[in-house]
Amino acid sequence: MATNLTINGEQKSFDAPDDMPLLWVLRDILGMTGTKFGCGVALCGACTVHVDGKAVRSCLLPVSAVSGRAITTIEGVGTTPVGAKVQKAWLDLEVIQCGYCQSGQIMSAAALLASTPTPDDSDIDAAMAGNICRCGTYVRVREAIKHAASERQT
Amino acid sequence: MKLADNMLVAASPANKPSGLSRRNLLAGAFVGGFMFAFQLPVRAANEPTQPPDTTEGKFAPNAFIRIDTTGKTTLVMPQVEMGQGIYTAIAMILAEELDADYAQITLQHAPPSDKLYGNPIFIIQATGGSTSVRAFWKPLRNAGATARAMLVQAAAEQWQVEPANCTASNGQVMHAASGRKLSYGELCDAAGKLTPPKDVALKDPKDFSVIGKPLKRFDTPDKVNGKTIYGIDAMVPGMTFATLAQCPVFGGKLAKVDDRAAKKIPGVRQIVVLDDLVAVVGDHMWAARSGLEALDITWDEGPNAKISSKDIWAHLRAASETDGVIAKSVGDIAKGLATGERIDASYEMPFLAHATMEPLNCTVHFKGDSCEVWTGTQIMSRVQSEAAKAAGLPIDKVTVNQHMIGGGFGRRLEPDMVVAAVRIAKQVNGPVKVVWTREEDIQHDIYRPVYRDNISATLSNGKVVGFKYKIAGSAVIARWLPPAFQKGIDIDAIDSAADQPYDFPHFQCEYVRVEPPAVPTGFWRGVGPNNNVFAIESFMDELARKAGKDPVVFRRELLGKAPRMLAALNLAAEKANWGQPLPARVGRGVSIQPTFDTSIATVVEAEIDSQGEIRLRQVNVAVDTGIAVNPDTIMAQIEGGIVFGLTAALYGDITIEKGRVQQSNFHDYRMLRIDQMPKINVHLIKSGEAPGGIGECGVIGGPPALRNAIYAATGVALRRMPIDRDAIAERKKS
Ligand code: FES
Ligand code: FES
Repeated sequence: MATNLTINGEQKSFDAPDDMPLLWVLRDILGMTGTKFGCGVALCGACTVHVDGKAVRSCLLPVSAVSGRAITTIEGVGTTPVGAKVQKAWLDLEVIQCGYCQSGQIMSAAALLASTPTPDDSDIDAAMAGNICRCGTYVRVREAIKHAASERQT
Repeated sequence: MKLADNMLVAASPANKPSGLSRRNLLAGAFVGGFMFAFQLPVRAANEPTQPPDTTEGKFAPNAFIRIDTTGKTTLVMPQVEMGQGIYTAIAMILAEELDADYAQITLQHAPPSDKLYGNPIFIIQATGGSTSVRAFWKPLRNAGATARAMLVQAAAEQWQVEPANCTASNGQVMHAASGRKLSYGELCDAAGKLTPPKDVALKDPKDFSVIGKPLKRFDTPDKVNGKTIYGIDAMVPGMTFATLAQCPVFGGKLAKVDDRAAKKIPGVRQIVVLDDLVAVVGDHMWAARSGLEALDITWDEGPNAKISSKDIWAHLRAASETDGVIAKSVGDIAKGLATGERIDASYEMPFLAHATMEPLNCTVHFKGDSCEVWTGTQIMSRVQSEAAKAAGLPIDKVTVNQHMIGGGFGRRLEPDMVVAAVRIAKQVNGPVKVVWTREEDIQHDIYRPVYRDNISATLSNGKVVGFKYKIAGSAVIARWLPPAFQKGIDIDAIDSAADQPYDFPHFQCEYVRVEPPAVPTGFWRGVGPNNNVFAIESFMDELARKAGKDPVVFRRELLGKAPRMLAALNLAAEKANWGQPLPARVGRGVSIQPTFDTSIATVVEAEIDSQGEIRLRQVNVAVDTGIAVNPDTIMAQIEGGIVFGLTAALYGDITIEKGRVQQSNFHDYRMLRIDQMPKINVHLIKSGEAPGGIGECGVIGGPPALRNAIYAATGVALRRMPIDRDAIAERKKS
């Protein structure tokens, strides 16, 4: 039976087992490889997407649980004003090293800024502590979030 | 960005407004020349479509530079990008001497070829050892300058003027006297007919216009929107997805497997059973994973099934007491150790996994008489030859498509993930992507070796007289690059130990090769210096305390012959407010390191709570790496390296029980997270010396500096990594 999802504003229809995590639907069925696999058990944040604007780990999220909800991935987040600002801040501050964790970092940061336009350090800690960066870009992740936050008000 | 060998990355200088042809993607395949003498890869299905390249490339003066008639300048990257910013640094070096138009540059991964793209330090085509800029500095500058000289020559001939009266900049040759100009695109035809000159003059570093600028990276724009295709993202038409289980005991084999339950899982297509692994192939990773979990596998665990960390340490400790091969001797160590008060200590380092953020993976299409591989690797040519061996094909029947790497750290200096994927693919019809679960990735790593270092030194009137340092551990070099293993000495294992910045009157460095039973060992970011700098710098603090001296003062007195190191030490100490009072159970610790031709001093400030938990407060790093090709990248590498090293100091410990690794994912192989971060201040020292290595340097100094901060704060002299919280918890006073 076909499953229907709205991803980045587009209708997608495909066949997938109900318990299949959204991560693998995105990557292996829809070919949207921007969302990354890092741990598979909600420990690293590499697979973060937005469901109705909230940051969630797609690796443990059964696709059946999100039908009818609005899903945003790294491929689409740049069309939102907050997402575009986060992406720009990431480039302005040259946050990225290997980049593999950064889809997840950007999705978490964009969700944070959407709900908390001027986050302080503890807000950033709380929102971002689930995102591991093995390259250790945390100093710049924090700065870039603040940079994006300041741009939003000007 | 395009996948595979014809991948291009568009250029964008930092100092031009973004959006201005930032994504100037043009098609890749350069026609003619030696470059594509190998088979062109099948384009992956998810590659962005590119406009066809209608221009024929004309000017290819060497392996690194291609200029076509439109002026498009393609720079071929001999080293792979894994986050260290090397694509940008290489492009900057080439563009500097070429006087290229930065906006017309596109980048391309090099195909496998030791001959054309071999790392001058390793001879083979490898990205590692913080060598890229050091090794390619001269060859790339020469390549750029040679191409430029030929373009100038072509223009001069056309104008019938002296080449010496022509100048080049920004992709154009100019003749000031007549006001004439020709673009590189217009000149490439004529230049292509000239013979490359032998000795070309390189620029005086004071004339550099690109090198030394904090330019924006070429690779990052596609990394903010999910467009970058890493190896794990390769999509090939008709592909299936697989994941694997290898025997959890090192060296074990498969006994039998019951796959009845797995085969019933929707999407599972095939179970591949080899003598040492099982793979489940499915329509997607979810089917493959579910199938793998449903398998009932019986392993023949083999001779290593009883080995534990305890055995490995007993073996290493015993071996470390034997005499080593002398790697370096200064003065008379026997005399030195017989003079003054003697202090002995031993330091120990654990096994570590790499845990690259991108789990191991490799996609292979085995077609019987040829084989195509998609992966991200630090060793292009070796991957090709190992894949050929596994496939049973001649090397020229194997195509390897290089990708951006989601973290290498030395793990992708090994070809095992490629070999496993080829062996699986041989049983599968059509292309198959083999992705390792994180658990498999951590439990079947090729680990940073365990080390034990024995140090003896003597002090007389507060000064070091004799200093003997003996390393015991794996010789990774002996396995990985056998010709470099000479006279029983692993040049990596003794790195930053044998050649001391400290001016010890009597010094000896010895090495004992000890291979741990069962556990495979390999390179891990920071390699030998991680061990040596930790042991020596920890011991220096113990000596300083014995001598009744401040740790910075004590080091300073011994750095008379290492002015760059001394300057780094002084700068780091100053920036860290060294000597200023701190609250109780807060300490500052220092370490210095002469690593990869870069002089670094690190000061860590940390607080240790009553339970022994550590709060990192601040890190100051002073770095003299010679000419800084891209200062911003260097700062980023140091910042990230600090996190990588401190992660290991706080948590890194792979332990073995019953022949198997006990850790499996990020809950028990923990990573430092953003909420634990200290402030990190990196201070770059201006220098005109040749560039040093940087990619691994940041990793090395944090652990000893943190260890010394703990020593200062608690008085506990830790001699093992990772940090033992119980040992530094506040004891009840009895
Ligand atoms: S892959 Fe989902 S949190 Fe790691
Ligand atoms: S940038 Fe490499 S893991 Fe974060």
